[in-house]
Amino acid sequence: MSSKFLQSNRTGWLMAGPAVILIAGFLIMPFFFAIGLSFTNQRLISPNPTEFVGLANYRDLLGLATISLEPLRDDAGAVLMKDGEPEYPALRSFTRNNPDYPHLDGTREWFSFDRGEGRTYVLARDVVFMKAIVNTFIFVLIVAPVQAGLALGLALLINQRLRGINLFRAIYFMPVVVSIVVVSLLWSFIYDGQSGLLNNLLGAVSFGMIPALDWLGNPSTALGAIIAMSIWQAVGFHMVIWLSGLQTISPTLYEAGSIEGASKWQTFRYITWPGLRNTAVLILIVITMQAFGLFSQIDVMTQGGPLDSTQTIVFQAVERGYGKQDISGGSAISVILFVIVLSISLIQRWLTRERT
Amino acid sequence: MAAISADNHGLRLWTRYAVLVLIAIIFVFPLVFMVMSSLKPDQQLLSDTASLRAFLPVGDISFHNYTAAFERAPVGLFVMNSVIVTGITVLFSLLICSAAAFAFVFLNWKGRDLVLTLILATLIVPFETYAIPLLLIASKLPWIGFDGLTWGWLNSYRVQIIPFIADGLTIFLFVQYFKDLPGELIEAARVEGASWYQVYAKIVMPLAGPVLATAAILKFLVMYNQYLWPLMVVQEEGYRPVMVGLQYFFQLNVAWGEVMAYLSLITLPVLAFYLYLQKAFIASIASTGVKG
Repeated sequence: MSSKFLQSNRTGWLMAGPAVILIAGFLIMPFFFAIGLSFTNQRLISPNPTEFVGLANYRDLLGLATISLEPLRDDAGAVLMKDGEPEYPALRSFTRNNPDYPHLDGTREWFSFDRGEGRTYVLARDVVFMKAIVNTFIFVLIVAPVQAGLALGLALLINQRLRGINLFRAIYFMPVVVSIVVVSLLWSFIYDGQSGLLNNLLGAVSFGMIPALDWLGNPSTALGAIIAMSIWQAVGFHMVIWLSGLQTISPTLYEAGSIEGASKWQTFRYITWPGLRNTAVLILIVITMQAFGLFSQIDVMTQGGPLDSTQTIVFQAVERGYGKQDISGGSAISVILFVIVLSISLIQRWLTRERT
Repeated sequence: MAAISADNHGLRLWTRYAVLVLIAIIFVFPLVFMVMSSLKPDQQLLSDTASLRAFLPVGDISFHNYTAAFERAPVGLFVMNSVIVTGITVLFSLLICSAAAFAFVFLNWKGRDLVLTLILATLIVPFETYAIPLLLIASKLPWIGFDGLTWGWLNSYRVQIIPFIADGLTIFLFVQYFKDLPGELIEAARVEGASWYQVYAKIVMPLAGPVLATAAILKFLVMYNQYLWPLMVVQEEGYRPVMVGLQYFFQLNVAWGEVMAYLSLITLPVLAFYLYLQKAFIASIASTGVKG
């Protein structure tokens, strides 16, 4: 674009310089610093000098192992039963200083499954971090499609020619300008087990048939509750992006469609949706990246609990690196998160390039 | 747009509005609950959640929670801190990012394309992944101020401002906008002997109104709602912004009425600002979605 202008090295660097220095110093440098720290044993305050420890932090976070055990049998060879379940030897005897199983040292049970006569245990060096990874992926995999879909629905709804439609658009967008911290506190009230608005609402609609639940205090509902709230807060943002995509579609296409007698679904399928392809790609990428950063909601509402059911990668990074002052462990988590986000955006880019 | 033409059959119109209103209720009820609760004493606040009274200004209504909130925490100080940090960051961000974008779009200099690519690549690095090393760096940086040379930026305004002035998204927005400006205008000014700085200040910036609004609004939202970073770098009360100030309301006995009053205090001005500038807000989000 600017090839027609003469070379102006000095002015160019002078004008771009401040921004370049700030981004280099406060983003690129700490980012590489994090990679470096993740190979050391640095702590925030430590009497010992920092040492290079190679991949030890990564091994401690990601180390997995399996062990298959046979149930205990009595002298006659019959399986010993305890509370109606076959009894297995204690895992601790393998994972604590057992010279025959050095690779299992320091691991804990993550989950187990029965296979034939025996049972296979999946062991992790850091069970909490494994749960954090799984929870984060569940969050992303639910939030990305649901939020994008609902946002599209709202955008189509708001793209009608109706009196006062701008007012509704403004209202749907409102939660976006409210801080997620404020939103999280308000929704703690909605989800409360005793005087929560949600329980009262469900109780009233079902005439008391649905029992009151402590939504955030229950391991099976806490993550779902946070997912619903996060979608509520951010869906207006993506509605507006869809809306701007909708408005780039030429009205003549719709006119042609209606002359041909296209049904509403056909209009959407063959005119609206193809016109939104670029927007769809952008929205999916943006939501995915935002969703991987899940932190504030957790920090305000659950602190990762109950029973680690809402642990997330970023919450773990902050809790370790800042809360427990384990800088190197926190940095290693940051690097793992970055690798995940980078691979996913590369995969998304590849998938979307494939189809065009 | 044209296909979805206005439809005036009474019943269908009525159902359309009913759907719109129902969805609107889903989006506003927590905020209405917040404001109404801030006007009620704690006991009534909790008992009202059992009925629709939670959303109505009924019963023992007063501004007592607001005065109590001011007594419990230095609310004015927190608001002032947030305004200072947000205001200065937005101003510098507009200046520095627009200058950089100007250099990327209109000037020809060595390393330009590489630097721009690098800056755009930073868009996929989540802040959370480098917050902790950034904290380490910030805690050791030097500063020359009124009290001479000091080391460490923790507990200050600058630690909340300087790292957030330049960012890839703001530069990207300016670059996109500048690309669409007529190049002849700039060439003509150069032919007449204007320096690049004059072109930037006298020609390009006066035309940049819409993108300035967009960048300012997005930066404002990010900065005013900052939470994780000030939580880590500001332990001293004197520099705390509003979101971190919330902690004061959760020490010992939680007075929910005061919490709601504080939440209303820090949220309603932003909401009012938003509703007033609603079109610009929405246009600014929409422009981030225009693919370039």
